[in-house]
Amino acid sequence: MRTVIESQRNILDYALSGLMRRRGKTFSLILLYALVVFVLASIMFFTHAMRRESELLLSGAPELVVQRMIAGRHDPIPLEYGRGIATIRGVSRVQPRLWGYYYDSDIRANYTVQTTTDDSITRGTLAIGAGLARMRSLKKGDELSIWGYDGQPRTFQVATIFTVESDLLTTDLVLTHEADFRELFHFPMERATDLSVTVRNPREIPTVAARIAELYPDTRPITRQDILRTYAAVFDWRGGILIVMVSMALLAFVIFAWDRASGLSANEQREIGILKSIGWKTEEVLILKLWEGAIISLTAFLLGLIGGYIHVFLLSAPLFARVIKGWATLYPSFRLTPFIDYYQVAVLFVLSVFPYLLATVVPSWQAAIVDPDNAMRGSE
Amino acid sequence: MQSGIIALLVTSLGTAGLLLYAARIAIQTLRSWDLGSGSEQQLLLERKTALVSTIVALILGFQVVTLALFIYTVDALHILFAGSMCAAGTLNVNPLGYPSLAIKLLCTILAGIWMIINRADYLAHDFPLIKVKFTLLLVLAPLSLLEAGSLTSYFLLLKPDVITSCCGSLFEGGRTTLAGLLAGLPPVPSAIGYYLVTAVTLLNGIITWRTGRGGLLLAVTSLAAFISGIAALVAFFCLYYYEIPTHHCPFCLLQPEYGRIGYLLYALLISGVVTGCGGGVIHLNRKRPSLSVIVPKLQKRLALWTVLSFSLYLLLVTIKLLTTSFRLD
Repeated sequence: MRTVIESQRNILDYALSGLMRRRGKTFSLILLYALVVFVLASIMFFTHAMRRESELLLSGAPELVVQRMIAGRHDPIPLEYGRGIATIRGVSRVQPRLWGYYYDSDIRANYTVQTTTDDSITRGTLAIGAGLARMRSLKKGDELSIWGYDGQPRTFQVATIFTVESDLLTTDLVLTHEADFRELFHFPMERATDLSVTVRNPREIPTVAARIAELYPDTRPITRQDILRTYAAVFDWRGGILIVMVSMALLAFVIFAWDRASGLSANEQREIGILKSIGWKTEEVLILKLWEGAIISLTAFLLGLIGGYIHVFLLSAPLFARVIKGWATLYPSFRLTPFIDYYQVAVLFVLSVFPYLLATVVPSWQAAIVDPDNAMRGSE
Repeated sequence: MQSGIIALLVTSLGTAGLLLYAARIAIQTLRSWDLGSGSEQQLLLERKTALVSTIVALILGFQVVTLALFIYTVDALHILFAGSMCAAGTLNVNPLGYPSLAIKLLCTILAGIWMIINRADYLAHDFPLIKVKFTLLLVLAPLSLLEAGSLTSYFLLLKPDVITSCCGSLFEGGRTTLAGLLAGLPPVPSAIGYYLVTAVTLLNGIITWRTGRGGLLLAVTSLAAFISGIAALVAFFCLYYYEIPTHHCPFCLLQPEYGRIGYLLYALLISGVVTGCGGGVIHLNRKRPSLSVIVPKLQKRLALWTVLSFSLYLLLVTIKLLTTSFRLD
């Protein structure tokens, strides 16, 4: 056993010194390779971090939301539906929610306007997100005008500004009093945007949802699980499209590596010839070539991985964040929580190192079987 | 369209391609192999055997990694399917899930055994096992192609809106499916059966390790220990891991709630069966003159690995059995 390790160590030593001798060639190959890994790693880290972020976010969302549909479109739901739903067995609470969007033409951004039952927001006051406060340079106690449905502005006093920690959630959020909301948007009384339903036993959520759909066929119950699944699918899909595109680059690189490995320089040929003439076996030369491949691909893999990490978690993925995140204007400036999943690393490894090894095994063998006699004579 | 799926498909297609290439060499070799001849072609064929063994070694490595990756990926995908709670449900979404897993497992085990034969062949100097290993390669290559095909169609046919069954209903006793059959085995007798089989295997393994005898029997018993190990895990031991008397799922063991212990348990079983069966295959060829010294030595080492793998598995499940507060009444 020891001799096996010892001989492998010697071959590895030799492989390293060989690569260092051909420094320029080695480094250009590693650089190109690392670039491909870097792009792949960035996409995967980013998609995954966004997915996790949305999962964390949604963990606070209601378990079950009931919307009313008219002709396939979302419409305000009558409050009496809520009273009916509250009588279903297993439902512990039904809360009507009032929310909507408001377009601010001054800063060209959409706010999410929502009502709250919190006592700190009285009539005529608002709570706003940090992003909004920054854009309109508002402080606590300042006044903010919002245009109503009738084209008349209404002035509100800013009572609270949300903390930066909850930025992703609250950056474009405006919380108002219910009466203000109805007045501002001329929202019909006895109606709500949707209903948030709390179910005592989470296992009963699908049953309750089915029962609601049965009682009120014009409603659409949406469970948190549904939303989570949709988000997961959307992020995976966007990330997947990008990966397929980058895979083309990977393919090009693999072909390049194949080409590189099969076209040996005269020097390398002579080197292998000498090795064989001093008694190296074909297997050993093959192992040498594979070690070289392993060194190159592992170095490139690690470099690309570290690069991707820095790009995504320290620089917030400037290169393609927009594609994966969406296109909202008032996006908060946030740093993704650094989160490395071993699974992602394993996938990246399989995706980047395996094709390289697959592509170089046959050329390595071709290099290893050259006749010492021919190889040395050919170079003269 | 998930990165894990893309990685799996790329690798399985690449693997199948390379193995087909190796199979072509195998056919050439089987046809015109003549050690006595010194012709150019024979020389080339001898050199090509080095290529083939490197390819299979590489692919064995890939298989081990992608087997774990495959299971992990389907496990992670379960949230996309209503009604599924772990890999069992995802694999059940369409009829190709379980066959894909089975073929992949078989490929891994065969590649492992192939490497053992190859080792014996490499140590001897006159390629005594060349026919055996290349015939096995001709089995492995189409199997790998089949794996690539079934894996690709499985993932392409995954429709997220399918309502699948949860492991709770798949692995429920009294069903006619294999899963139901396994779960339906009476827990205590299957555990006793497992302990008996493993005891025989370990005893057999130790004898083979010390004396070099009983190699063929060890192949049979280690296969039996592998099967009974899985059966007892589903029927009996997993109840202790989950501490629920009715949950028989072999995949939930892979989830973080249970410390991902399943990966270790399955790896031990696979390593046990590969070394046990590999030892048996080379045992069949021990009479060849060039192998008479090599095979017994290699066999003893393999037997030691078999014993170590199965006894560690035994130790792990038994410790769980004894330390958990859960009791099966």
